[in-house]
Amino acid sequence: MNDALDVALRLLVVFVVFLTFPLIVGQTEHKVMAHMQGRLGPMYAGGFHGWAQLVADGVKFAQKEDIVPAGADRRIFQLAPAVALLPYLLVLLAIPIGPGEGAVGQVVDAGIFFVLAVMGVGVLGSLMAGWASANKFSLLGGLRTAAQLLAYELPMLLTAASVAMAAGTVSLPGIVAAFEWWWVPWQLVGAVVFFVAGLAELQRPPFDMPVADSEIIFGAYTEYTGLRFALFLLAEYAGIVVLCGLTTVLFLGGWHGPWGADGLGWVWTLLKAALLAFVVIWLRVTYPRLREDQLQKLSWTLLIPLSLAQIALTGIVKVVIS
Amino acid sequence: MSLAAATAAAARATTTAAESHGFLSPTGVEIAFLLVGLVTFGAAIVTVTTKQLVHAALWLVMALGGLAVEYLLLTAEFIAWVQVLIYVGSVVVLLLFGLMLTKAPIGRSPDADSGNRWVALTVAVAAAAALVWVVVDAFRTTWVDLKGPAAGSTEVTGASLFQNWVLPFEALSVLLLAALVGAIVLSRKAKADATTPADAATPAGAQSRRSEKEGTR
Repeated sequence: MNDALDVALRLLVVFVVFLTFPLIVGQTEHKVMAHMQGRLGPMYAGGFHGWAQLVADGVKFAQKEDIVPAGADRRIFQLAPAVALLPYLLVLLAIPIGPGEGAVGQVVDAGIFFVLAVMGVGVLGSLMAGWASANKFSLLGGLRTAAQLLAYELPMLLTAASVAMAAGTVSLPGIVAAFEWWWVPWQLVGAVVFFVAGLAELQRPPFDMPVADSEIIFGAYTEYTGLRFALFLLAEYAGIVVLCGLTTVLFLGGWHGPWGADGLGWVWTLLKAALLAFVVIWLRVTYPRLREDQLQKLSWTLLIPLSLAQIALTGIVKVVIS
Repeated sequence: MSLAAATAAAARATTTAAESHGFLSPTGVEIAFLLVGLVTFGAAIVTVTTKQLVHAALWLVMALGGLAVEYLLLTAEFIAWVQVLIYVGSVVVLLLFGLMLTKAPIGRSPDADSGNRWVALTVAVAAAAALVWVVVDAFRTTWVDLKGPAAGSTEVTGASLFQNWVLPFEALSVLLLAALVGAIVLSRKAKADATTPADAATPAGAQSRRSEKEGTR
């Protein structure tokens, strides 16, 4: 019985994190973007600096009518948001934020594989949405999504493999436990490649070709309204949380801080992840959208060779020091 | 929900099953295995019988995912995640990409049926029979020790792969490399043809090129 209670509690905590952290990232994005563009952003909802703006947005979305286009493939159209969102919830389960059993939803033996495999499934949601909408723009968005995933899955896997080689384990808590400070310069190229490929997989600017609003309206999500559209947005922000958490755990040493990993280690994890989330927003404000051919070229001619070089470097250093 | 917990439970259950359960008193894991197997089988059948192309691809996701769950229930965690990563995450996405790029109508495609249905069924049954026969024949007298670490964990899989099966592994990687190089060569050749389309395609072009060659000779 105690076991069941323990599992239920962990699931509950992960679920609460899943519901709140994306909202926090979203609100931060509102404010950071506004200030970078010389605006104030939302100021009224909830009183203090518009903190309740996203809650109000959620209420608005829930009140809207749920429309399915007449020509659409009804069931797949309705199923797609769930397929897009659920993988991120599963991934959150496996990301450790502190040392010990208590600070991770569920220790997965082959953590890296689990996380990358399940994250890849989320893209199926966009593909299903793009196809089932019976809309040319949606279909184009779906196509671009697929092409983007195929290009960027490989560098992500390769750089994750480089960290796994360095740590000698594929378990996420194991990798952070093996972390030393000099891994940061050693794995720097891998970290950048992983982060960029992750951004592309989430379709965040400057890699938001699949939802390029000036070309194809809103890509795969054009026909969606109300709660289902909100679920796609939530999936994007949950994706940011997952990507920043993963980059922190794999490349930035998770709960290791300047004063050791004891006690407040989880604060370090959250701080590093929050910093990365800020960088994600910063990039969105700074860079214009890449063209489709530039996007493919960046992956195949730059990121993949870089990640292969990183693997070679990791292997050489590993052999030299052992 | 917590899949690794399920795996661990499965490992525990199978070890205790050997001790406390008889041949025909199945444990929860065994029942789950059967049920997931039925779902997987059903999804596979629908994949090849449905008349809607994209639905077939999505049912294939279901079948491959069901297979991954079966691996998990057999405590082969590593294989399960690789199955999801490669098949659900990449192969099906590639498949859907191809479908959307060429022909993906919403609704039924009357021409989705092949006349080779019975031949295909025969080949499938023969392949399944051969696989089952090989596996049964290979592992008939093998005893699996359930007491140690779960035999499907990453560590055990890796050790076995790189200690006992290095040669097949390397042979496979060379095969994949050959396929990769082949793909690049094919795509480059197509590109070269595309730049001089009329010249290479027509007999006149071939003629003129031959005369050129003779001229240089």
